[in-house]
Amino acid sequence: MTHIAKPRFTHPLLGTNALGLSRRDYEGSMSTLCAGCGHDSISAAIIQACAEMSMPPHMMAKLSGIGCSSKTPNYFLSKSHGFNSVHGRMPSIATGSNLANHELYYVGVSGDGDTASIGLGQFAHAVRRQVNMLYVVENNGTYGLTKGQLSATADVGMRSKTGEINPHDSIDLVSLALQLGASFVARGFSGDKEQLVPLIKAGFSHRGFALLDIISPCVTFNNHAESTKSFDYVREHNAMMNRPDFVPRREEITVSYEAGESRDVTLHDGGVVRLHKLAEDYDPADRVAALHHVQELQTKGEIPTGLIYVDAKAPDLHARMGTPPVPLNRLGEAELCPGSARLEAINSRLR
Amino acid sequence: MNPTDTANPDYYHRVVDCQWACPAHTPVPEYIRLIAARRYTDAYMVNWWSNVFPGILGRTCDRPCEPACRRDRIDDKPVAICRLKRVAADNRGDITPFLPRIPKEKNGRRIACVGAGPASLAVARDLMPLGYEVVVYDEADRAGGMMLSQIPAFRLPYEVLEDEVNYILDMGVEFRSNHYVGSLKSLLEHEDDYDAIFIGTGAPRGRELDIPGRQEAADHIHIGIDWLSSVAFEHTERIGRRVVVLGGGNTAMDCCRTARRLGGEQVDVVVRSGFDEMKASEWEIEEAMEEDIPIHNFLVPKEFLHEGGRLTGVRFDHVRREVDESGRRRLVPTGEERIFECDDVLVAIGQENAFPWIERDIGIEFGEWDMPVVDRVTFRTTHPKVFIGGDAAFGPENIIWAVAHAHEAAISIDRACRGEDLHDRPPDHVTLVSQKMGIHEWSYDNDIDHARRYIVPHADKEKALAERRMEVELGFDEDLGYKEAMRCLNCDVQTVFSESLCIECDACVDVCPTDCITFTENGEEADLRTRLMAPARNEEQALLVSDLLKTERVMVKDEDVCLHCGLCAERCPTSAWDMQKFLLDSAMAYEPEHGRGGGNGTGGERGNGHWQPPQRGLPPEAPSQPRQEHDHA
Ligand SMILES: Cc1cc2nc3c(=O)[nH]c(=O)nc-3n(C[C@H](O)[C@H](O)[C@H](O)COP(=O)(O)OP(=O)(O)OC[C@H]3O[C@@H](n4cnc5c(N)ncnc54)[C@H](O)[C@@H]3O)c2cc1C
Ligand SMILES: Cc1ncc(C[n+]2csc(CCOP(=O)(O)OP(=O)(O)O)c2C)c(N)n1
Ligand code: SF4
Ligand code: SF4
Ligand code: SF4
Ligand SMILES: [Mg+2]
Repeated sequence: MTHIAKPRFTHPLLGTNALGLSRRDYEGSMSTLCAGCGHDSISAAIIQACAEMSMPPHMMAKLSGIGCSSKTPNYFLSKSHGFNSVHGRMPSIATGSNLANHELYYVGVSGDGDTASIGLGQFAHAVRRQVNMLYVVENNGTYGLTKGQLSATADVGMRSKTGEINPHDSIDLVSLALQLGASFVARGFSGDKEQLVPLIKAGFSHRGFALLDIISPCVTFNNHAESTKSFDYVREHNAMMNRPDFVPRREEITVSYEAGESRDVTLHDGGVVRLHKLAEDYDPADRVAALHHVQELQTKGEIPTGLIYVDAKAPDLHARMGTPPVPLNRLGEAELCPGSARLEAINSRLR
Repeated sequence: MNPTDTANPDYYHRVVDCQWACPAHTPVPEYIRLIAARRYTDAYMVNWWSNVFPGILGRTCDRPCEPACRRDRIDDKPVAICRLKRVAADNRGDITPFLPRIPKEKNGRRIACVGAGPASLAVARDLMPLGYEVVVYDEADRAGGMMLSQIPAFRLPYEVLEDEVNYILDMGVEFRSNHYVGSLKSLLEHEDDYDAIFIGTGAPRGRELDIPGRQEAADHIHIGIDWLSSVAFEHTERIGRRVVVLGGGNTAMDCCRTARRLGGEQVDVVVRSGFDEMKASEWEIEEAMEEDIPIHNFLVPKEFLHEGGRLTGVRFDHVRREVDESGRRRLVPTGEERIFECDDVLVAIGQENAFPWIERDIGIEFGEWDMPVVDRVTFRTTHPKVFIGGDAAFGPENIIWAVAHAHEAAISIDRACRGEDLHDRPPDHVTLVSQKMGIHEWSYDNDIDHARRYIVPHADKEKALAERRMEVELGFDEDLGYKEAMRCLNCDVQTVFSESLCIECDACVDVCPTDCITFTENGEEADLRTRLMAPARNEEQALLVSDLLKTERVMVKDEDVCLHCGLCAERCPTSAWDMQKFLLDSAMAYEPEHGRGGGNGTGGERGNGHWQPPQRGLPPEAPSQPRQEHDHA
């Protein structure tokens, strides 16, 4: 681990955003992860996305479980709220806090172990309930923090660094989220920020559950020649379905592409993702086709990345439950205890 | 762009902005680290070999290194490099054991140096250890040149000058004082059979101001540099109560401040053009103003006023600056006049060369402005035995340029005496050595200090003005010196990149505090400069470009504002980045057998000899590392 703090000096041309903050203001403390860990690049991508979108740090909450990946919220957005929960339990913390205060932006950071192994049940319910959050899985196919055991996203037949062969099929979180009804499903690669940063921005702009599965090589335990989550392997097998550009609401769209080359998706808050199609004609609004497509590519050993599915109109948890516009944590005693007449009315409805 | 050729020593040398800017290429960060380690004697010797007069220069250098210092681009103010040099000089121990041994048996070659200024003295210093017999002539009674006759004692105490001049004279130089050389021809043909002659006679003539009244009031109108030397040699002890100083260069600043100390109560500096165009260094102007000397601008002197042979004042035309379409500036009279009443005038409007003692028929060609034609590489005139350097060569400069010329001239004299080709210059000594001591341990202090530049304490103004010789600047004490030294970024510890090891994980890009590093598609330089993490607008600063990487991209690092914090190397999982100390000792005629001092415990020290004092509070010696050493030939 690095012993010195990152110097406060910045490049003289480093600008500030609409809030007067520079990218450096979105940083956290110095990372304690292994040098070269993919997770650090994801933190950098989150920092860049938040700075470029002028996200107000005090209106953001970072939630995580346990793992190298789950440690990373300490390394970005040091001026935001945060909760580092129990292994695999971040989804319940996210659900609870989101219910209590829907005004914050929630970013959950989890690992493949945290999400697909111990936390799979919790994950499934957060997706199903459409908790409004950006759910980031820093997927390295291993339990990095506990020194390299095979995780539930490790591919079958893959040999671990210590020589063990994985006898089990892997869980594909993208397919799972599609099946469970996620309204935003994307996959990125920690080694490609050009694609990753717009995906993060789009995820923040989306209302509802946004899964962002990010292949993030563990340089220490899962970047060897036989790994299917190494830098080299991912670069060789990356089946990029699209390269998104994100244009926030209020900004004019200036990039133009030939007709048929790109497709715009307007998100809930008015931001637009523009997808430059690199794969053959692909409709990110068709859940069944998306599932089919992803499965097909993965059977061939390829790794589909990009914005895989999005439904900008799907209702989120609060819409489904009909909660009031004022966040629940701001309701006073009068609203929370509407009196015995109101209680009697509710009770009679249930008789 | 093609991959950067880092095997060319110029590449990494340029990254060490201060050393590159220093005419003598003093290894600045090397001695600053030694100061931080309180190894002042070592720090002094690193300087002494390179710039010959560390104590003098630590007070008076023109410091071209400071505007070049990287810290200036990051933190507004450069490292106080010059004043740190003085810390090394003030706190050094006895250096005599570390001075070069002078051979008792001479090599049979005799060299004459005309003038005993820094240029001649440095030539003598470089040649004496090689066994040359050197004779130095000066018309003054002591050696030092303008460092003695011009630079006032309140900036440069005589003892400081004397110590450093004597290190050289004590090598056995024959100093012929009070000896004006009236004829180069006779020196060449008759006297003492010299194998080479070095001309280090400076630019001794002050420029005249020929306006009405000059003759009539001559007794109270003095040429600045003549007046300063008559003060230095104690022929002049007083000046009138009201003094006008004409000119805006460093000489004018020394004149006005000296006048304040010799009875001038109301001293005014008057310059022709704008305040912003004054030639004097910013700090010299500040110090003059601190001594209650007003500076008046846009005033062109027209007449010295006098009454019965006595000067009564100076009349000026007031002008304004006009810039025409082609950008040329002109001073246009506004029609207003101003009169400054005064008792004395000091004219400090420029300095000129004069070679009345060089015959024009002895093979020395004179060119433009009646200056000798000089080879800019070898410092030889058109006469095979006559060399020249310092202010005499290309007009008035400063001490550090005189020293830089002298090193080259000494190399040339030595080669000429050996019958070797003068244009075949010896290479600089270069090493590049990893500073890695452990996964996150470096043998230099990479924890960047955010402190702003410290201010040098000054003596009490009343006392300083009352005593001409009292040094105004007190210098940093050890504590402040240490603190200021910690501001240095160690720009000589280079970020060395090995593309074969890089896995393109982006860790260095993410961690770099100043956005120096980018992985991108290659392109032409102008295009690449716009496509980096931060645009690389400072074209003086190089881009380090790698060969093609696995993804067909290149790594581009903009050297401009790199803090040399080593975080890129710390966060690199494969050591594709390494921090390696680049040490360049520029070539000299004599290479000291025990190295040039220093060795800062960072590994890769040069021959630091048996005399190295014990190290205090330093990290242990580096473990054995694969060393990459080039001796660029
Ligand atoms: C007022 C003033 C202040 C200055 N302040 C600074 C400063 O703060 N920092 C700085 O770096 N530079 C300063 N300079 C400039 C600096 O002094 C010179 O650039 C430097 O001394 C030049 O060195 P030199 O060896 O070429 O010649 P000089 O130092 O000029 O020495 C030449 C010597 O040759 C002697 N000489 C000349 N002709 C003959 C002859 N025919 N026979 C015998 N002897 C002869 C002269 O007496 C003189 O001693 C200052 C200059 C002036 C005028
Ligand atoms: C309840 C519980 N069970 C087991 C552990 C041990 N443990 C800590 S981290 C971890 C796996 C983390 O893997 P992943 O989420 O993929 O994170 P990574 O370190 O790979 O980023 C495990 C099993 C724990 N901390 N708590
Ligand atoms: S063990 Fe793996 S996942 Fe954890 S910090 Fe190291 S490289 Fe990253
Ligand atoms: S920071 Fe230090 S090494 Fe860098 S230019 Fe300034 S003095 Fe030289
Ligand atoms: S040493 Fe490396 S990390 Fe530090 S500023 Fe320079 S390039 Fe950036
Ligand atoms: Mg993992």
